[in-house]
Amino acid sequence: MTLLLFLAQTIRIAIPYLFAAAGGALAERAGIVALSLEGYMLGGAFGAVIGAYYTGSAWIGVVTGVWWGIMLAAIHAVCTLRFKADQIVTGVAINLFTVGITRFLLQLAFDSSSNSPRVAGFGGDNIGGALALVSNPLVWLGLATMPALAFVVYRTTFGLRVRAVGEHPLAAASLGVPVNRVRWVAVLGSGALAALGGTYLALDQHQFTDSMTAGRGFIALAAVIFGRWDPVRAGLACLLFAGAETLQIRLQAAQLIPSQFVAMIPYVLTIVAVAGVVGRSVPPAALGRTTD
Amino acid sequence: MSDTTARRAALEEALLPPIVALAVVLVIGDLLILAYGEAPGAVWRLMLEGTWGNAYGIGQVLYKATTLACTGLAVAVALRAGLFNIGAEGQLAAGGFGAAIAGLALPAGTPSIIATPVCIAAALLFGGMVAAVPGVLRAKFGAHEVIVTIMMNFIVLALLNYVIAAHLHVPETLHTPSVHAGTIERIGSVIPAFHGSAVNWSVVVVGTAVSAVAWYLFRTRAGFELRAVGLQPGVAEYGGVNVSRTWMRALALSGAIAGLGGVNFVLGYKGYYEDGFAGGAGFLGIAVALVGRNHPLGVVIAALFFATLSQGGLAINAMVPKQIVEVLQGIVILAVAASVPEVRRLVRKAAGARRSGMPTSMPTATEELRAARMSGDQRPSA
Repeated sequence: MTLLLFLAQTIRIAIPYLFAAAGGALAERAGIVALSLEGYMLGGAFGAVIGAYYTGSAWIGVVTGVWWGIMLAAIHAVCTLRFKADQIVTGVAINLFTVGITRFLLQLAFDSSSNSPRVAGFGGDNIGGALALVSNPLVWLGLATMPALAFVVYRTTFGLRVRAVGEHPLAAASLGVPVNRVRWVAVLGSGALAALGGTYLALDQHQFTDSMTAGRGFIALAAVIFGRWDPVRAGLACLLFAGAETLQIRLQAAQLIPSQFVAMIPYVLTIVAVAGVVGRSVPPAALGRTTD
Repeated sequence: MSDTTARRAALEEALLPPIVALAVVLVIGDLLILAYGEAPGAVWRLMLEGTWGNAYGIGQVLYKATTLACTGLAVAVALRAGLFNIGAEGQLAAGGFGAAIAGLALPAGTPSIIATPVCIAAALLFGGMVAAVPGVLRAKFGAHEVIVTIMMNFIVLALLNYVIAAHLHVPETLHTPSVHAGTIERIGSVIPAFHGSAVNWSVVVVGTAVSAVAWYLFRTRAGFELRAVGLQPGVAEYGGVNVSRTWMRALALSGAIAGLGGVNFVLGYKGYYEDGFAGGAGFLGIAVALVGRNHPLGVVIAALFFATLSQGGLAINAMVPKQIVEVLQGIVILAVAASVPEVRRLVRKAAGARRSGMPTSMPTATEELRAARMSGDQRPSA
């Protein structure tokens, strides 16, 4: 029973990571630095709450949440792909912009600087714990995301093109691959996926709170890097990070390890992974280069 | 002739993107203000009056610009060496923490002529140490500094949060006790007009540091090597520059400058370290460096601009939510980042035409072809 609860809580924490890391893996495999996952997630959370609030339907919330992610990703794509802006600067700017615009619209729509009113979510209000989890379609979607992405990346023509433009755009172009179009799709897809993570978060908590993603987008990015840009490994990294968090919550009463040190785990592991002498994480060759 | 053409092109390249950004910001700001049901003109006027319209406002802008100049210059110095330091947020916090630790360790009554330099040195050291980690990992193991600096932010902030929350806080707060020595006086205590504003003599310290960095970058051998590595590491290496060591030095310097920003808050404003005081100033440093075109003078101007926006947000809060400036800050960065490559392309095209005696309005077929190729997607030109 304890194990089941542990597993349920781990999955609950891992779902936003899984969605966002899938978005991150997709963008980075196409050569686009995924620094704005945090912004896409936050925008997705806000969009979901807006949709769910005004229609009363969680499903409409999913649609509006994803729409927000795609719109934010489109800004990123226009700046980096059309105007060749620096990807890292653009990523940071998208995050700043999203924090600002969600705060502004929170004020405008709900006259609050901290949170939205309660909105509909998935599953009845009275189902608790593991049951709420299995009755939430986003949980199943989240668990399916990484295997699905692995299939797309490794087994489809589109996936082959994504990997080609991320490793060697000029070679891909010489074979007639429309480099910028593939990258556009990858960026918009990463926005949609990461926004699903934010949507799950907001619908799970039945409200939007200011800056509610709280760095989850960066944990997802850490998972992508720690998973060496491979969807399956990145998914496992998400589960690992979520498991560590669950353990910390479970052991909080015991005060064995300060929570701050558990919070550091993903970041420390990622640094070790990129600096590691053995089995080092090596990014896609053309990551961050759109100025060729 | 050709020299003035080049200078004019460089000037245009530096000035046009911020002008484009300003125009975009005014339009989008107008729309947001209208969405909130206020008159844009009145809001912009209020913003100007609340920032540059009185001594208090000017003091507040200068206070905020002091921190931003540090984080902006930190990012700029690293970029000059070809490295992207996204860790200024953590380095700034660490610097502030270092200053507070030094101020707490010194006995009360230490003359400030000794205490303040010691605290400042501690801030430089702590910020530099945080940035040295990605520097060493980059130089020794080839670990990408963007990833390491991002991750270091979270590690440093969590570590500082732990130290404060578990060991060093005044009960019921998340800040340290007040430092015993080393505080920097506010300017308001000398010039009464600034009374009440947070601006303090750190602004002079930081101003000196900016000049020193400018001198280092453009007038010393080490600075020349740093810039050479940033432009072409391979060529620099061939010319006898130790690229690895230059990278480590550049990141340590960058972190130390970011750490210096902590002095402004800890020694000059509050007199103690408070958890979360950096509050995004480190990330905004990326914007400051971008708008300031990685030049110390440009960084100062950009810091003043972003500080004006940030203080202006508070001034207009009575009419429209202050969050509007956060949106605008994001837009400024996006607009500048997007227009820099475009402006560079257009300016170089125009300069090339001027140099060869062609009228700019009538590019030759070759010019057009080249421009089309440059702007086109990744199709190879061969």
